[in-house]
Amino acid sequence: MRRVRVELPSSLCRLARVDREIKVEVVGAVTQSTVLDAVETRCPMLVGTIRDSATKVRRPFIRFFACEEDLSHLSPDEPLPEAVANGSQVFLIIGAIAGG
Amino acid sequence: MLRTNAHVSKSRHGAPGFVLAGKFTAQFDFMKLHCDGSGFSVAAELERGRSDMSQVRLLVGTKKGAFVLTADGTRKDWKVSGPHFAGWEMYHLKGSPVDPSRIYASQSSGWFGQVMQRSDDGGETWAAVGNKFEYEGDAGAHQWYDGTAHPWEFKRVWHIEPSLTDPDTVYAGIEDAALFKSMDGGASWQELSGLRKHGTGPAWQPGAGGMCLHTIILDPENAERMYIAISAAGAFRTDDGGASWKPINKGLHSLYIPNPTAEVGHCVHHIAMHPAKPGTLFMQKHWDVMRSDDAGDSWTEISGDLPTDFGFVIDVHAHEPETLYVVPIKSDAEHFPLDGKLRVYRSRAGGNEWEPLTAGLPQSDCYVNVLRDAMSVDKLDECGVYFGTTGGQVYASTDAGDSWKAIVRDLPAVLSVEAQTIA
Repeated sequence: MRRVRVELPSSLCRLARVDREIKVEVVGAVTQSTVLDAVETRCPMLVGTIRDSATKVRRPFIRFFACEEDLSHLSPDEPLPEAVANGSQVFLIIGAIAGG
Repeated sequence: MLRTNAHVSKSRHGAPGFVLAGKFTAQFDFMKLHCDGSGFSVAAELERGRSDMSQVRLLVGTKKGAFVLTADGTRKDWKVSGPHFAGWEMYHLKGSPVDPSRIYASQSSGWFGQVMQRSDDGGETWAAVGNKFEYEGDAGAHQWYDGTAHPWEFKRVWHIEPSLTDPDTVYAGIEDAALFKSMDGGASWQELSGLRKHGTGPAWQPGAGGMCLHTIILDPENAERMYIAISAAGAFRTDDGGASWKPINKGLHSLYIPNPTAEVGHCVHHIAMHPAKPGTLFMQKHWDVMRSDDAGDSWTEISGDLPTDFGFVIDVHAHEPETLYVVPIKSDAEHFPLDGKLRVYRSRAGGNEWEPLTAGLPQSDCYVNVLRDAMSVDKLDECGVYFGTTGGQVYASTDAGDSWKAIVRDLPAVLSVEAQTIA
């Protein structure tokens, strides 16, 4: 089991009533899918807010950053960097800049 | 809690229910008792409240959060609570007529999608409930703006309509247009797909604001009948609890569609009904104010002497079924009051003859809009009327519209206003 650090956007922190950074436990490979499964298990009210609840596709204005890289376009089942998997780096869930 | 010298009489439409009406010594003047065939459920519905014994709660949805405004029956001093769900678009909040402490709220965001919230203590605390709105079966396609087929996609919940008899039952009108029902307090939602699949669905087309189901009206005398409206498909009615539907747009005339009298395609902005006359409906269409006295089977125009008959809101006085309110907006291109003067128009004749209500409202340089769900009435003896603007003002009248006062002036753009009258 790996203990992954996840940082949420402030709107989702308030919705879930958790701190900005949460720790989730992931069994098996650490991927976007398994991390988000763990986030949604811990905070069921976030189901549908980060990815579509049925298709599991990332919502259009959500981005995933870690290790100073944009990981949004990785396959959801591709392993995340080891630094995320071992908890030394945070997996950032970001609301994309949208406005003018 | 309730004591009454009640008499039981058969409801006007006969089965399936009875109406128990009596004068209560305490909190309610009337109580309706409904029988659904599997037993009785009691709906304590405040039909007329005494100003010295009641409280008014306004549920205000805005572009950046929700606000709860409360006052005692005098409605002079208001307490403002909020923003709740700060930063989120709150399309609609509405309380259960059976249990006013039970409030449902639609919370949405371009980033984070749809969340549904429920309060069981009058808006003091909230809990997220179910937000899965999955179309039943193959979603199919409707028309896109350019006339091509476009898959049905869930976007947000525009309108919430709690049941008249059961606080755990609630309806939701969504974009892309469909009607959902929850019977477990919002935990899960099932589509009443007979509406979307009744036959005209593939011809529906979005209006500028999206293809939204924005109006849901439950018939208080016939549990099987309800009305809904969609922009820009029109109005529809079911007489079998939502299993089957039919368009009710005969008499509507819309110059912006190829066939102005088509069965569907009309941009209905809002519909209102007085519970004492559930067969009479009032409609604010894209252009035209309309009336039906046969449950929507046919409509006649009642715009009469309005200075412009474009607008979004329409509502009915709580105790006078022929007293209507609209807020005329200049045009479909200029969504603000005519001449910069914010005027509510009232008809005491069920339409056609309208009087401007201006006392307390800005009469120069006012260029706000009043959106379709942003007007409501309370049920106190002297009917209160409320509306919110895209400029963030919420105006209140405690004398049925004769005079107005802003409760708040600087909220985010107001999307919806619902009044609760609480004993």
